[in-house]
Amino acid sequence: MNLTLLMYLIPSIIMFGCGVYGFLTRKNMIAIMISLELMLNSVDINFVVFNRFLFPGQFEGMFFTLFAIAIAAAETALALAIIINVFRAIKNVDINQINKLKF
Amino acid sequence: MDYSQFLMMPQEIGLLLVFLLVFLYDTFMPQRSQRMLPLFTTILFAIYTVLAFIPMGFGEAFGAMFESTPATWVMKNVLNVGVFIVLLQAVKWTNDDFVSVRRGEFYELILLTLFGMFLMISSRHFLLFVIGLETASLPIAALAAFEKRYYESREAAAKYVFTAIFSSAIFMLGISFVYGLAGTLYFNDIAMAVTTANPLLIVAVAFVIAGVGYKLSLVPFHQWTADVYQGAPTAVTSYLSVISKGAAAFAFLVILVQAFGSIYSQVWEWMLYAIIVLTITIGNLFAMRQRNLKRFLAYSSISQAGYIMLGVIAYSTVGMASMMYYVLVYIFSNLAAFGVIAVIERATGKVTMDDYNGLFRTNPWLAFTMMLAMFSLGGIPPFAGFFSKFFIFMGAANQGTVAIYVLVFIALVNTIISLYYYLLVVKAMFIRQDDCAVPYIDSHWTEELGLTICVMGIIAVGLASGIYAFLNQTTASMASFFPAIG
Repeated sequence: MNLTLLMYLIPSIIMFGCGVYGFLTRKNMIAIMISLELMLNSVDINFVVFNRFLFPGQFEGMFFTLFAIAIAAAETALALAIIINVFRAIKNVDINQINKLKF
Repeated sequence: MDYSQFLMMPQEIGLLLVFLLVFLYDTFMPQRSQRMLPLFTTILFAIYTVLAFIPMGFGEAFGAMFESTPATWVMKNVLNVGVFIVLLQAVKWTNDDFVSVRRGEFYELILLTLFGMFLMISSRHFLLFVIGLETASLPIAALAAFEKRYYESREAAAKYVFTAIFSSAIFMLGISFVYGLAGTLYFNDIAMAVTTANPLLIVAVAFVIAGVGYKLSLVPFHQWTADVYQGAPTAVTSYLSVISKGAAAFAFLVILVQAFGSIYSQVWEWMLYAIIVLTITIGNLFAMRQRNLKRFLAYSSISQAGYIMLGVIAYSTVGMASMMYYVLVYIFSNLAAFGVIAVIERATGKVTMDDYNGLFRTNPWLAFTMMLAMFSLGGIPPFAGFFSKFFIFMGAANQGTVAIYVLVFIALVNTIISLYYYLLVVKAMFIRQDDCAVPYIDSHWTEELGLTICVMGIIAVGLASGIYAFLNQTTASMASFFPAIG
């Protein structure tokens, strides 16, 4: 069976959509973080696949993916630190509880 | 590797040097001299700011990923001046008992985010741009959580970090589509590779605009702004609202013009048009009903971001010059307002508009500074804000189509609306009387110096016509920067 470009792109976009859906609907901050990771990783798949199928002579997409993984790791570390920071204040990671700042 | 290409980035190297010295001071100096760290950093940064005005090292570096031009040099200097004022106003605050344990981190993170913004401004490749963008936006989440004794600060940081990651994911998805279409991430090569609109390209450009729009708090993506501005410490809020916004605006112009300039009227002119109208109007309408001054300035800064975007839609060297001028004036006016708020908040903890009733009686100079800042933000003639609005409207109108005239007219009407809420603050300070007004505040000399620089900037930048002429002359040499409109 020949794998085509679309067979990678469609799962990647579904992954991104799941990430957006999770980001908008989940109440637990850790789950929101996981959803964000899904979105960031689907971007990595996109880059690698475009590079592999459309421009096999170069490595720009691969390089971007390497950097994007590092950036995603930094983002996760920072977000987890801030979640812990919030948890210390309200003993909870429910996103509905952080609602003091509004209007 | 050719190390001489590092000479193309003198301002970045200088900034890293300042950062390293501050880091070493913070790590190795004994406890008793730590109290001098804020002043040490500020003076070091002032020396660096003056030295960075020397024009040198224009050219490309790292396989043309990084480009230093006269325009980026000017923009970086404008940001340097703003950061210097922010640091000056923060000296007293970082020596407070609650904050002083971590005061080194404040300065290190500020300097590093500024470094990220410099990379963003100078990048001519999306990889370097993304690295700069993340370096510029992630540490600000840590800075927003700086005031550990207040719960609001933690909440603001949580809201900021989630929206920042969400927006950067959308932004990177947009870039991946651009890569799939063009096969390159260099801005110039993208402009050559994509010359006609197709559905994927439109989606990609929309995602890129959304990603940077989050950082600029343009309207469909502005919801985080008010919460984060209110919750974060005032020094961080002023940094976020002025420096971060100015750098992102310039980088936005570079991306849209350099990478997507060939599809200006086909793809993004109308997106930006709608965003500007929404940003200015909604920012104004929501600012009217705010009572907390930091929230009020958040909505005011949303609407100001819409005015800054007029310089992008102008698509000309005049628009670029007027945008840089607008950011310069905006730095002085907004930092004056935030400086006054920071002084009063540090001394009394009061931030709502009603607390400012009768401020003129007890603190005439603070009230006077705030009044000048509000007049300048609103665009009342003798002050710099009027001239910056005038030039940015002129830059946009130069584009010459009827649609842009309508846009400028909408912006003009909104200027008049904005006067209403800016003058509400002035009215509270000068006309309203209050028996329990804020008592006389003895502000620290660094805060006074910072406010004095801002006031001088507000008065002088508008009257000294040489500044705009210089910006215009600097950008005029960059006509080749703008690809032909397609």
